Amino acid sequence: MYDTLVAPFAEFEFMRRALAGTLALAFGAAPIGVFLMLRRMSLVGDAMAHAILPGAAIGFLLSGLNLFAMAAGGLVAGFVVALSAGLIARSTELKEDASLAAFFLISLAVGVTIVSIAGTNIDLLHFLFGSVLALDDQTLLLIAGNATITLLGLALIYRPLVLECVDPGFLRSVSRAGGPAHIAFLALVVINLVSGFHALGTLLAVGIMMLPATTARFWARDITAMVLIAVVSGCLAGYAGLLLSFHTSVPSGPAIILVAGVLYALSVLFGRVGGLVWQAFPGRHLEA
Amino acid sequence: MTVQLRFQDLTLGYDRHPAVHHLDGAVATGALMAVVGPNGAGKSTLFKGITGTLKPLAGRIDRNGVLPQDIAYLPQIAEIDRSFPINVYDMVAMGLWRRKGLFASIGRKDREVIETALAAVGLTGFEQRAIGTLSGGQMQRMLFARLLLQDARVIVLDEPFNAIDAKTSADLLELVRRWHSERRTVLAAMHDLDLVKAHFPEALLLAREPVAWGATAEVLTPENIVKARHMCEAFDENAEACAVEAA
Repeated sequence: MYDTLVAPFAEFEFMRRALAGTLALAFGAAPIGVFLMLRRMSLVGDAMAHAILPGAAIGFLLSGLNLFAMAAGGLVAGFVVALSAGLIARSTELKEDASLAAFFLISLAVGVTIVSIAGTNIDLLHFLFGSVLALDDQTLLLIAGNATITLLGLALIYRPLVLECVDPGFLRSVSRAGGPAHIAFLALVVINLVSGFHALGTLLAVGIMMLPATTARFWARDITAMVLIAVVSGCLAGYAGLLLSFHTSVPSGPAIILVAGVLYALSVLFGRVGGLVWQAFPGRHLEA
Repeated sequence: MTVQLRFQDLTLGYDRHPAVHHLDGAVATGALMAVVGPNGAGKSTLFKGITGTLKPLAGRIDRNGVLPQDIAYLPQIAEIDRSFPINVYDMVAMGLWRRKGLFASIGRKDREVIETALAAVGLTGFEQRAIGTLSGGQMQRMLFARLLLQDARVIVLDEPFNAIDAKTSADLLELVRRWHSERRTVLAAMHDLDLVKAHFPEALLLAREPVAWGATAEVLTPENIVKARHMCEAFDENAEACAVEAA
């Protein structure tokens, strides 16, 4: 038991680092994912994750595998997309999903092209799938710092964020906080995707954000509980995924997302709130 | 008589087309006024102007020192996401926004106020229910509880009793009467003329332009209503710039 569940982390430093990184990632990304889901912006996260790639790739082109250049490039690219997508959604009738779909395909193509020109196939794999087993001090600090900013930021904008999801008209009628809160929220999405990018790569970064959130939807009727469950399920996916990867030599990024996916699938089936099994066998109806 | 709302040559509309045209007049503090008129008469547009969500094309609204954000507004179609995981209690508590803002906590006193408001609309016991499980009437009761908490001097209700059963409208009208007795200024867009005659001392009959405004019995005459119906044509795509404005 100990050998399977604890020893890998006790014996190997890279496993401890990976665990610390994924836990920090889950604490930041999972709550963000819950709000993305409730705002019906699940695909926006995906589009932004891909938008980060060309920015990070340009950073890589200019200064090699330098954390700050890549993070800065990713942040800039992410913010540009986030802000323009947000502005377009707020000021036009254009449906966000179509323009974002176009956008993320283009970004992905541009990013892959730049990395392929400037680096090797190994670099490309690093960009696409991350390297959670090779987190250095700087990257760990970046991820932990982003998680901290996220939790503080969410606490600051929590009320307008919730109210803008439930009843945007009411929020507009009592306060002007809706717009700034939305922009701040998009910024938090971007910094979490940059974290996720380093650990899980551009293709899977959204996984640790959205899968725990969609999992939580099947277990809670209340947003606070939903956020907590999402964090727990994100942490669980990180821990179990790393173990899975350690014992079976499945690549660790995909392993983490796979576990998150399994948790999601189980929730779809057995989740207490609207799970398929509960729908199929609802039990006898009540008196009143 | 003090004036709560004064409209000066007010024109409101969309894409330069007026939906409320050259409205002049004043609503006294503590008035209980029904805004009546056919669909497309500009009732909702007028309310959006009063609550500051729509900027006037011309003219102005003087709110006598009340900020637009301090006006309690019940829109005709609330943009509420009913699938959102929030319960009735939290939803009603949002009515305290102007006093609590982003951070202030909801204390024991506030919780009493919230319970009282829920009791006043007959939703005691519904605190923990998800908003998605409410019926249309219960939803409206919940929104009235939130209006109660807003404790506003000016309350604007856009067709509050549409698709609501008689018992619910009677209960909610009781709250409207209470606001009136507390000298709050209440404006409500209404379609049920019998309700207007029974409960609203003052009425504005609107058909883009004001048809009649004053004591309800004098406003809601058959001639005025017919006249209103005829005045309510559609937007004219080729309309000239308004001559009154140019003059």
